[in-house]
Amino acid sequence: MSLLIKATQISHSFDENQVLQNISLEIHAGEIVTLIGPNGAGKSTLLKILLKLIRPTSGDVWQKSNLRIGFMPQKIQIDPTLPMTVKHFLNLGRTKSSTQPKSWKNHFNFSAHDTTEIQSVVEELNIAHLLEQPIQNVSGGEMQRILLARALIRNPELLVLDEPVQGVDLQGQTELYHFINELRRERNLGILMVSHDLHIVMKNTDQVLCLNQHLCCSGTPQSVSKSPEFLAIFGQGAEELALYEHHHDSSQCGHTHGSASQATQDKEGH
Amino acid sequence: MEWFPNFLVFALLGGLGIAVIAAPLGVFMVWQRQSYFGATLAHSALLGVSLGLFWEIDLTLSVLIFSMLIAFGIHQLAQKTQLSSDTLLGILAHSSLALGLATLSLQNTVQIDIMGYLFGDILSVTPSDLILIFSVGFITLIFYLYHWRDLLNITLNPELAQVEGIRVKPIQLQYVLLLALMIALSMKIVGVLLVTSLLIIPAAAARRLARTPEAMLLFSILLGISSVILGLLTSMSLDIPTGPAIVLVATLIFLLLLIKKAPG
Repeated sequence: MSLLIKATQISHSFDENQVLQNISLEIHAGEIVTLIGPNGAGKSTLLKILLKLIRPTSGDVWQKSNLRIGFMPQKIQIDPTLPMTVKHFLNLGRTKSSTQPKSWKNHFNFSAHDTTEIQSVVEELNIAHLLEQPIQNVSGGEMQRILLARALIRNPELLVLDEPVQGVDLQGQTELYHFINELRRERNLGILMVSHDLHIVMKNTDQVLCLNQHLCCSGTPQSVSKSPEFLAIFGQGAEELALYEHHHDSSQCGHTHGSASQATQDKEGH
Repeated sequence: MEWFPNFLVFALLGGLGIAVIAAPLGVFMVWQRQSYFGATLAHSALLGVSLGLFWEIDLTLSVLIFSMLIAFGIHQLAQKTQLSSDTLLGILAHSSLALGLATLSLQNTVQIDIMGYLFGDILSVTPSDLILIFSVGFITLIFYLYHWRDLLNITLNPELAQVEGIRVKPIQLQYVLLLALMIALSMKIVGVLLVTSLLIIPAAAARRLARTPEAMLLFSILLGISSVILGLLTSMSLDIPTGPAIVLVATLIFLLLLIKKAPG
């Protein structure tokens, strides 16, 4: 498995506020890594550091040279004064090399180009009927699929998804996770996902990183699942979805999650 | 052609040049909700006039340099401070306007027409102004030919654009500096208080006619040109100042198009 991103001892603070503390991680091709944690855990900050959008206060981020990243932001706000169809939006996401040769027409005329690459992704994600719609008119779930399509059009080696199932219903989530797992298998993509609200983690995730400013637990779902907490989840036999109830308590976070979660479960009367 | 004197030709060419330059800058100003930024730049340009008088250097040159310095300053400041940029811009706009007016009135030795800077004096456009306007127009054309797609992507989502390999910060800075150039040059046409309207009103009106960003740019150019021509004619026939006349015509076009429903 080729290494795509390697972060070494990342720490970050905004002014006096330390948001990330000594975080190291690796993402390989063909691997799904899911980052979970409560609000304010520093998930977005870590993501931005890994994407090299911000420079960490200390520590290093190494990216494979010329790493092609497909990024799906959490949300995207487009002013209604910008007249743009979904199709135009997707076209803008294509890499510059795919719009060569560079002539002035390329800047203004998109319809003349061969759009088969877009067409196949669009059909897979079932958004073909939206192409002529203004981008501001689509629903939240449709927007997520459009953003995913835009990320895929670039033929990425690494797909970074910031809370990809936010605002998507349960069936949509299952479909989306299924689709992502297929992508990993077919294209050997590395996938980095962030999740916060429902703590829903894919069964197929190779590595779960639980973040609360520091990495408080990590590992494959299989190894983490030896804890009673995870047994309760993976034993249910859900096909694509696994529910991971996260009960983070800083006093208990000394990698003693087995007994800690046992205690929590007892309290809740499971 | 005695009935159509030179200064009117200069005025018309200057006005048209500014209208064309304003269109691509204006549409992005509207899309990125940056009109307050433009207003701040314009208001602070008056400070450039008073500094130019103080140091006895060419006024156009001093306004040009000062506007670009201010633009650079605001651009840097906006990335570093926690203060809401709206508030920050509001403070800057009016404090610099006040400072500009105060320092102007202190310089009793020179008799200058403040009204000309506030509301424009298109009939004072000189051939050297025209050369400057068309040079900036040429730079603007080159910039947009290279970066139209990049700017659209930055407008959609700066972080996504950066991950996709666009050099966001340098392009944004270049946009802001071009804006400063345009504002400095259009002081003579419509004055510091009305410059922003030349940027945003044709763009906002063009939204009613356009289905694509490119069409909106084109309509914005056409509406800007019409506003300048009709504004000049109105100004002559009704004997009102040309700056306000141009802006009023643009507003009238905007209002007429409001009746029409925006496509898609």
